[in-house]
Amino acid sequence: MALTGIQIFKLTPKKNCKECGSPTCMAFSMKVAQGAVTIDKCPHMSEEALAQLSEATAPPMKTITIGAGDEEHKLGGETVLFRHEKTLVSKNLYAVNLTAADDADAKLAAMTKVDYDRIGERMYVELVNVKYTGEGADAYAALVQKAAATGRTLVLECADADAAKAALAVCKDKGPVLNGANPSNYEAMSAIATEAGVALGVTADTLEALYDTVAALEKAGNKNLVLDVGTASIKDAFSKAVLIRRAALKDEDRTFGYPSIVNIGAIAAGKPELQAALAAVFTLKYGSILVMEDMSYAQALALYGLRQNIYTDPQKPMKVEPGIYPINGADENSVCVTTVDFALTYFVVSGELERSGVPCNLLISDAGGMSVLTAWAAGKLSAGTIAKFIEEHEIANKIKNRTLIIPGKVAVLKGEMEAKLPDWNIVVGTTEAVQLVKFMKDYK
Amino acid sequence: MPFKLTPQPFKAAIKEVEVGCGAKAIKLGGEKTFPFYSFDAEMPNAPKVGVEISDLGFENEVAGIKDFYGDVTNVVEMAKKAAAMEGADFVVLRLESADPNGVNKSVDECAELAKAVADAIDAPLAIMGCKNDEKDGELLVKVSEVLEGKNAMILSAKEANYKTIGASAGMAYGQKVGAESAVDINLAKQLNVLLTQLGVKGETVVMNLGTAAAGYGYEYVASTLDRTKAAALGQNDDMLQMPIITPISTETYGVKEAIASEDDMPEWGSQETRAIDMEVVTAAACLASGSNAVILRHPASVATVSTMIKELM
Repeated sequence: MALTGIQIFKLTPKKNCKECGSPTCMAFSMKVAQGAVTIDKCPHMSEEALAQLSEATAPPMKTITIGAGDEEHKLGGETVLFRHEKTLVSKNLYAVNLTAADDADAKLAAMTKVDYDRIGERMYVELVNVKYTGEGADAYAALVQKAAATGRTLVLECADADAAKAALAVCKDKGPVLNGANPSNYEAMSAIATEAGVALGVTADTLEALYDTVAALEKAGNKNLVLDVGTASIKDAFSKAVLIRRAALKDEDRTFGYPSIVNIGAIAAGKPELQAALAAVFTLKYGSILVMEDMSYAQALALYGLRQNIYTDPQKPMKVEPGIYPINGADENSVCVTTVDFALTYFVVSGELERSGVPCNLLISDAGGMSVLTAWAAGKLSAGTIAKFIEEHEIANKIKNRTLIIPGKVAVLKGEMEAKLPDWNIVVGTTEAVQLVKFMKDYK
Repeated sequence: MPFKLTPQPFKAAIKEVEVGCGAKAIKLGGEKTFPFYSFDAEMPNAPKVGVEISDLGFENEVAGIKDFYGDVTNVVEMAKKAAAMEGADFVVLRLESADPNGVNKSVDECAELAKAVADAIDAPLAIMGCKNDEKDGELLVKVSEVLEGKNAMILSAKEANYKTIGASAGMAYGQKVGAESAVDINLAKQLNVLLTQLGVKGETVVMNLGTAAAGYGYEYVASTLDRTKAAALGQNDDMLQMPIITPISTETYGVKEAIASEDDMPEWGSQETRAIDMEVVTAAACLASGSNAVILRHPASVATVSTMIKELM
């Protein structure tokens, strides 16, 4: 049973020492009740209180950490089913599937090609799913070694104990997932995973069998698990993914409170477009690790964009880095255009400027990630902030052109900007981005 | 204690709206669950896929679309091919040429074309305006009139022009009214209230809650869809129980990922593949959050999304 903030508060020392990071014990208790922090953040809880609380206040879904060093990733830890209810915390990760039948070098090389930055986030295939297909322990370990050499974290899809041991011997320091437990072998696989200190993937034909297997693993002390929804069919995988997450978060059944693995490559084999479509579905509906046959740039551009959107914190706007963004091969003599750092504004404005074909330097100043009018109303976009940006980024040294086009919605800034930037020619641009193409062409 | 699956269907349901006539007519909505939650209750009507064609033809489209329409020389023939496309449930004719800032064809000329298309195909038809609110206010009224008896879907009535379009399409000529709002649950509800107060029956309205391509502020679309379905089903909100139609291709073919040429972005690979992936990913995301119909352009996208729907049903 979940406890209320007040019930938890009664058990705290009520010292308001702030050591937990919250301003008061009451605030801390409220956060614990929501599942936002764990009870052990408070250093002054008595043993009895801790024991009483830790089970009742444990987050409904565990956070599983995989990988190591820079490649450490978190899975799960969600508290809500929909992003509008609060926020989703652990973005889904992508894996490319690799088997002995593949040309491993070519496949891994193609995978590492997709690696780019989008609004401050590195977009790449975080994981490699190395699937055991009966080639023998040594051959499998060699394949695993090759995959590990990419530096990416591995998922070892392997239900064979000897092959799993051989594979873990070469990669266990890198924090792989051993995905190989099922109702008939879970004891042996759990022992192997626990010894190597890695997360264990569990699967079963039915949800009932999966539930019983997870319960047995938990009873044996292994709570470092990931649940594989299986490959019976697309419909079955979707149903399992939804039901597992709903049981954990809505019905508060912690036995299913683990992240999931969905092997999209297996349920839509040979159909890259269908895999992309399904990856979108599982991004929204409860896939944690999504395994694809391949990840082409085309798939990545759409899927990573979607994932970045879905996993943004609704309370934190998406921002682009302030700076100079040359468009259409602009140089120091090209006209300057300025707008705010709200990612959506940036994308729309830069897209339209590109369509105009006119070379220009887009200057993005720090406006707190707000849209033009909101930033202006909040004082984050003013003649002062733009002048400060131009000074701090030494625009005058970097660009010779002295014409600056400002958003039409803040035309009111023109006079003040002329006063603050006397050697610049301030031009009022359009109120809507769609009008920019015509405006830029006419201006030219 | 073993795991026991308890179906959790809602008591409320999405309204069922029929579009088109005869054997090919389609029904949107009717479900009592979140999309594809077949373990709670079967969805009575699978989500539908529409094929978008423009009255400006297809010469600016990617190769796969051009190849599909081949040597077709007029819009009526194009509509016939679109109706026969694998996975297509309905055809969407976009009257782009009416745009006063573009070709600026007359209302009568456009309405005549809409009539010719409707007469040539037996698949259900939806008509999209030119996105100029004022012109659409006249154009869609006329289109509703000439399509009387076809049970077409008129896209869309917005806050600026809902009175004329709502009255003609929804009341005088028996069409279905698309109610378009801009990615905000309150605006969507307000428009439905306004249309209902005008006298349009809730059962003849389909909502377009607005759309964005994946990566371009799509989080607002996802949350608007999620919240709308949650309010319609969970809180039995009568003014949000209309089925949802989401145009996808009109957004996705405008973003950089779909329009940058391979010469400009060699590492991105084929422009056509990018355009298809952008289209299917955005459509699949909308369907996962509750769209009852999506509108697409590329034959490969239509086939893929239609297959996905069948697999999930």
